Amino acid sequence: METFAPADEAELATMVAGAARRALPLRIRGGGTRLSVGNPVAAKAELRLSGLTGITLYEPAALTIGARAGTPIAEIEAALAAEGQHLPFEPADWRRLLGSEGEPTIGGAIACGVSGPRRIQAGSARDAAIGVRFVDGTGAIVRNGGRVMKNVTGYDLVKLMCGAHGTLGVLTEIVFKILPRPETASTLVLHGLDDARAIAALSAALASPFDVNGAAHLPEDRPGQARTCVRVEGFETSVRYRMERLRALLAPFGEVEITSDEQTHRGIWRSVRDVEAFGAREGAVWKMSLRPSLAPALVAGLRAEMDLDAVYDWGGGLVWLLVPQAAEAGASRIRNAVSAVGGHATLIRATPEIRRAAPAFQPESPAIAAISQGIRARFDPAGIFNPGLMTVRSDQQAA
Amino acid sequence: MHRIEMPTPDPQVLSRRAEIIAALRAAAGTGDVISDPAETLAYECDALTAYRCPPLAVALPRSTQEVAAILKVCSSFGVPVVPRGSGTSLAGGALPTADCVVIGVSRLNRVLEVDYGDRFIRVQSGMTNLSVTAAVEAEGFFYAPDPSSQLACAIAGNVAMNSGGAHCLKYGVTTNNLLGVTLVTIEGEIIEIGGPFCDPAGYDLLGVICGSEGQFGIVTEAVLRILKKPEGARPILMGFDASETAGACVADIIKAGVLPVAMEFMDGPAIVACENFAHAGYPTDVEALLIVEVEGSPQEIDDQLARIRQVATRHSPRVMRESESALQSDLIWKGRKAAFGAMGQIADYMCMDGTIPISQLPFVLRRMGEMAKEYGLAVANVFHAGDGNLHPLILFDANKPGDQDKCEAFGSDILRLCVEVGGCLTGEHGVGIEKRDLMVHQFTADDMEAQMRVKDAFDPAWLLNPAKVFPMETSHSRRHANRSRAA
Repeated sequence: METFAPADEAELATMVAGAARRALPLRIRGGGTRLSVGNPVAAKAELRLSGLTGITLYEPAALTIGARAGTPIAEIEAALAAEGQHLPFEPADWRRLLGSEGEPTIGGAIACGVSGPRRIQAGSARDAAIGVRFVDGTGAIVRNGGRVMKNVTGYDLVKLMCGAHGTLGVLTEIVFKILPRPETASTLVLHGLDDARAIAALSAALASPFDVNGAAHLPEDRPGQARTCVRVEGFETSVRYRMERLRALLAPFGEVEITSDEQTHRGIWRSVRDVEAFGAREGAVWKMSLRPSLAPALVAGLRAEMDLDAVYDWGGGLVWLLVPQAAEAGASRIRNAVSAVGGHATLIRATPEIRRAAPAFQPESPAIAAISQGIRARFDPAGIFNPGLMTVRSDQQAA
Repeated sequence: MHRIEMPTPDPQVLSRRAEIIAALRAAAGTGDVISDPAETLAYECDALTAYRCPPLAVALPRSTQEVAAILKVCSSFGVPVVPRGSGTSLAGGALPTADCVVIGVSRLNRVLEVDYGDRFIRVQSGMTNLSVTAAVEAEGFFYAPDPSSQLACAIAGNVAMNSGGAHCLKYGVTTNNLLGVTLVTIEGEIIEIGGPFCDPAGYDLLGVICGSEGQFGIVTEAVLRILKKPEGARPILMGFDASETAGACVADIIKAGVLPVAMEFMDGPAIVACENFAHAGYPTDVEALLIVEVEGSPQEIDDQLARIRQVATRHSPRVMRESESALQSDLIWKGRKAAFGAMGQIADYMCMDGTIPISQLPFVLRRMGEMAKEYGLAVANVFHAGDGNLHPLILFDANKPGDQDKCEAFGSDILRLCVEVGGCLTGEHGVGIEKRDLMVHQFTADDMEAQMRVKDAFDPAWLLNPAKVFPMETSHSRRHANRSRAA
């Protein structure tokens, strides 16, 4: 397969313009750790972002950092840590989940719209991103947003580029607003709750004034072993105080254990963030977004029809499902169930056969599909960016 | 009318005025469409009162379905549509054209659903910002974005302009608190985008609708994230001898890892005007005043304020005073939120809204002072220091010939300065007509082309709020194509 590896944005723009003239479909590759996400891509060449690396701007006092799209997330986190700061959205590392190798890049995290547990309080990847540069499907270099966190000048294409999986343009640089790294953190754990009780406990915690920024329910390894986890971060005085208040608030749900041991605490949230529970296990993986209070009943309904395991994050608003790799991995049932309550499901991991049979993204209403298609056709008129990744093929519609 | 150029009204539309109004009345209900110039007077302008224009008609629908019916009529006749919330735009976002139908959402003012467990509220978009908080306050919740006009401004306008407020350092702006909308397209199709769940299913259309200045459709309902109110909040006042010192103090507070919910800055002229107006207890003999607010339990507040004091002390503040009661806190905020009104008592003013990287603050303040001398106009500064959003208020005399033109030229220079130092033209008010022609200073032709392509996908005929956001000549061919198509 032909490979393009531009050294900078200008060269990338020239290559894209050339590919557009040849109608040469490109697979856009950052660190290569999330390539199996989305519908299968029919590409004839690969466009590698590995040459576009490096932090371009870092102003700790302005809480802003910018980096070229191919920059490893680890490099950005290290620079931020040196100044006592971090990325608010806690980008996940899906290498174990997807069985991939390589180094997760910031461009990949933004293109895939990957946000971790802190999303419920500090916002998602798209909330943290305040500026982008990208190359559109004609080879034009486009800048949107900027380096200031309050900016309503023109339309917000930054949001549009987040989660577009490269199908609207090749990201070359992203600027973020960042946050002070908390002085300390602590996790409260409730043991053995069923899903419904667990989500009720998480809702109670999130509806408190105690700035909970992690709220997850992890399935049982053995019967009765489920853990329901609530995280608070901040200054030590605050964390201690809030944990005591949360302990009292959640006492009706059972015995509360509080862990401030950094190792344990970090382990819990890394496992939630990266969905480690499903990393080493066979099966297809779904990611569902829905109203937290409706999640347990929906999962129970699905469980009656198929073997599944569930991990809940974002207070129950995000549900990861592990299902058998059979037929379409429960696509129709899962999609019908989630759309009936107003939400959506994305197929994150499955065999190539299933990925060919079931669309990765929730089918859109005709009106929304028309707008999305209209935008894509205007940003990538030759249809060269990750073609097919976000579209539903006509033969998949029934699924 | 001053220097702003508006498109020549479409003669085709004007000549069919009676027919269009009859069709609107048939679609919407007679009482919901007004066309008598005496009645449409209130819709001739928004809060950018220097510009006004009587619209062809005003429609005040009572339901999403009615909005859809009205838009179907407008698109079938090729009539431009100007969406309107409460008309508080400082950027002329709701300024009509002579050939347009204004669609006001003020009658869409009901709460549709509240869920405290799932932490959202679904409202009709004509509800005011403050009334959303009022609807959930009894349960201890609030809606975070708090623009200064929150008593009057509508959620529809907040979504259109992606409104901010004083507390966005911690809570973000509208786009970070908006979960879903019901949008009626120019063709009259009703679509649901997002909802009471996280993240979009496909492209983040919600993210690009928010801040699209009413150019993609009419938002009739919104799903908003609500939050539990913090246990308490307390501001501290800090006065400094120089603006540079206050700016350095802000930077050091952030670097110390404290994230106050608000950090507001006022310069000498603003302090005096606000103090005379609101009697907030501001020290009037300092050059710069910071209002820094933190939240939490009493002991958490004490802890954070102690950290802030420790940082501030290094910058030798002339005054450092914590609020000692809820009454004092209210007064301190009343003074800040009254800044525009206070200025209005002294003189006519124009309020600018650029954002700068906060490291550029000392330079920008100094340069603005120099420009004020060159123009012979006074400028007072209030701004959101934590996020670099400046609100220079340029004082002028509307009765003095040439003063307003001079003021506008000064304002443009300030905004260009903001862009030159790495910032932007507008932090929270929107582009509207006011900053439309300055867009070329921030964006290349390719940058604007990409933005306009999104509008093409939502509104191919460019009927929605057509002469806003982009310079007239930049959008000319698209608007022109529309007109020839309609004719």
